[in-house]
Amino acid sequence: MPTPDSLPRISRRVSIQWMLSATAALTTRGAPLLAADPIISAKGYGPDPSMVKIYQPGDVWPLTLTEPQRRTTTTLCDLIIPADVASPSASAVGVPDFIDEWISSPYPAQAGDRNTILYGLEWIDRESQHRFQKPFADLTLDQQTALCDTIASLKPEPALQQVANFFKRFRDLTAGGYYTTPEGAKAIGYVGNLPSATFDGPPIEALKHVGLA
Amino acid sequence: MPVISSDQLQKQYDVVIVGSGAGGGQTAYTLTMEGVKVLVLEAGRSFDVQTEVAMLQWPSQAPLRGEKTPDKPYGFHDCSINSGWEIPGEPYTNAHAETESQFKWWRQRMMGGRTNHWGRISLRNGPLDFKPRTRWGVGFDWPVSYEDLAPYYDKVEMLVGVFGTNEGLENSPDSSPGVLLPAPKLRVGELYAQKHGKKVEAHIVSIHRAVLTKPQDVDTIPAKLHPGNGKAQRILAESMRTRAPCFWATDCHRGCAIRANYDSQTVHLRPALATGNLDILPNAMAREVTINKDGKATGITFIDKITGREGHAKARVVVLAASSMESVRLLLNSKSNLFPEGIANSSGKVGKYITDSVSSSLGAHIPAFEGMPVHNEDGAGGPHAYVPWTLLAQNRRGDLGFPGGYHLEFTSGRQMPAVNVVNGIDNRAVSTSVLYGQKLKEEARRFHGCQLGFGAQGTMVPNDDCYAELDPDLKDQWGIPVLRFHWKWSEFELNQVKHQQTRIRGLLEALGGKVSKAETDPAKAIKQGGTVIHEVGGAIMGADPKTSVTNQWSQTWDVKNLFLADGAPFASTADKNPTLTIMAFAWRMADHLLNELKRQNL
Repeated sequence: MPTPDSLPRISRRVSIQWMLSATAALTTRGAPLLAADPIISAKGYGPDPSMVKIYQPGDVWPLTLTEPQRRTTTTLCDLIIPADVASPSASAVGVPDFIDEWISSPYPAQAGDRNTILYGLEWIDRESQHRFQKPFADLTLDQQTALCDTIASLKPEPALQQVANFFKRFRDLTAGGYYTTPEGAKAIGYVGNLPSATFDGPPIEALKHVGLA
Repeated sequence: MPVISSDQLQKQYDVVIVGSGAGGGQTAYTLTMEGVKVLVLEAGRSFDVQTEVAMLQWPSQAPLRGEKTPDKPYGFHDCSINSGWEIPGEPYTNAHAETESQFKWWRQRMMGGRTNHWGRISLRNGPLDFKPRTRWGVGFDWPVSYEDLAPYYDKVEMLVGVFGTNEGLENSPDSSPGVLLPAPKLRVGELYAQKHGKKVEAHIVSIHRAVLTKPQDVDTIPAKLHPGNGKAQRILAESMRTRAPCFWATDCHRGCAIRANYDSQTVHLRPALATGNLDILPNAMAREVTINKDGKATGITFIDKITGREGHAKARVVVLAASSMESVRLLLNSKSNLFPEGIANSSGKVGKYITDSVSSSLGAHIPAFEGMPVHNEDGAGGPHAYVPWTLLAQNRRGDLGFPGGYHLEFTSGRQMPAVNVVNGIDNRAVSTSVLYGQKLKEEARRFHGCQLGFGAQGTMVPNDDCYAELDPDLKDQWGIPVLRFHWKWSEFELNQVKHQQTRIRGLLEALGGKVSKAETDPAKAIKQGGTVIHEVGGAIMGADPKTSVTNQWSQTWDVKNLFLADGAPFASTADKNPTLTIMAFAWRMADHLLNELKRQNL
């Protein structure tokens, strides 16, 4: 259960509401909820939101990652999408905020990811403490990579299946969050969304590439 | 005359139209240009295409990177508001619980209706599509032929602006010379499929879509469409001048603030309003067609969703264009002593013979596209090419086990990335672990744009098991009884989907594609009834009042001043998307309506 002190990104009022709702749920549904993370009680954007407005994560519903969870998220995001000479890292274009927005979503399709990701973030820090006696974010790059390689197998041993599922899903979301930004789109080779007076068709080098010229 | 509130209603109109989409828009346009006083009722709110559509926003500028949610089922930037499969307070039901027996009903509650959200694919029905009984021995012949409709296809295409090429194909008709706008150049994937698809008899040509590839010809089109009507010509020319040609960016489903593509407001309602002959009342949920003691329609009772009060719009003629199923619902809910089973339902056929496009899809990774030189292929915001149905000889011999046919639409290209952009990348890279780091970035770039897929859309034969009726118990939030659907695919559809899957797989493999998944059970591969959002029928036209609801003019047999202008009168679904045909029929119907008004026959 996060304490109000570990929730700097949401208002005290909101966090107290969660605590109250979690407490209320406890009395009716029993002990397992003690370990549960805050229940998402926020609302979605409804069927008629402004489509032209520019939104930031947190604009429509509050973000819910604790500061330690965000540190791990940010580190993991940049391990998955590091900066290079041509393009920025995941955190440089706001992917941790997107991950937070995604797992804090009030919509049912993201509820499963919330459980998967909160589980995985906790697992990673526990494992990091166990192996290196430090939080994941404070490890060296080699140590971080070694830890991730443990859970990156596509055919993991059964004990690691759940955290391997987490890693794959976290990777998909990080990449998804990254490549849907203007900078990320450029990095993947998408150069559209640019009004132009003419459409000239594929360039000759593209046609040559597939044997059409 | 403008967009009004219910306290500004005129005492009486010549014509009241329910619905502002393709059919309602075209009808309002044709009638008001000829001086008829028209009221359009729209159940949704007003919507300003110029200021409310998100054309160039990135996914990262929307909640959840623009992914679909129950509030926005086609994604955040999709031009649909207050619309969906489930609308709070406005339920519908299905008689049977099994998925394959369920019909899903999309409702678009906004000004311009579904024309805000569609791919702008504008294919004409062919001669065979109107005569399935004669040709295949199944379904119903329409009481019109392609030749009856061809002039109206020409007119609609000139009005809305459709690009494409004439290919001389059997049953996928050409337009008259000079009607189509130039087709855009094909993309790499489309050209590649065009070359290699020949190995499997896939004949790939330019598609027809309602997008301006150059400015419309204001010097000739208005005179062709409105001969002898100077005012209409001036208004249309002015409207055409406000439309910019495509600027080759953004998906057409987002709507088009520069008016390059067709939606009902841009093309139909704006010039219709400019005539001064049109009132539009938004937020008006039609409840019932009212009649007098002589059995003639007198207008529409509606709920003003702003005030919650009931109102009545009086008119000499009533036109229903509320979408096929909403029009059916209105007919069934309009009960009286004269029509105890619903107005215009003496045949008992209202609600019967619903069809949707028969559809399935399949995609593949095309290795030849890996590492493609980076270039922009947004193009006209949707496909430039398609695979028309050319296997008529085979199913003429009865080889295929289904009548009609289907066309294939491309579903990919170097598109704007979505959240799922790297899903499955590890398999494509033949990696035993989850790729991350620099390797992931390299592979993501190498693989971008390598997915190619095809979606099939085919003929559905009407059957007795696909119909709608009033639910005996349930009412919506306005107290209006709701529809209950029945759905059942016949062997024709399942055979067709089997063929679709085999054919698409063969085509993808001819391109060197690695097919990611294949569903061999056609009952699972087929898209659920209604989900293609091409549902038509429910008040079919025919030559016999005993077995159909309307005559060839979409005029109900029972009530001569009651017409339908959406897909409800369609006697079957062709292997073509229905919107263009809805508009062509609406224009033809409106011409007939005008003549009958002049002759005082209504």
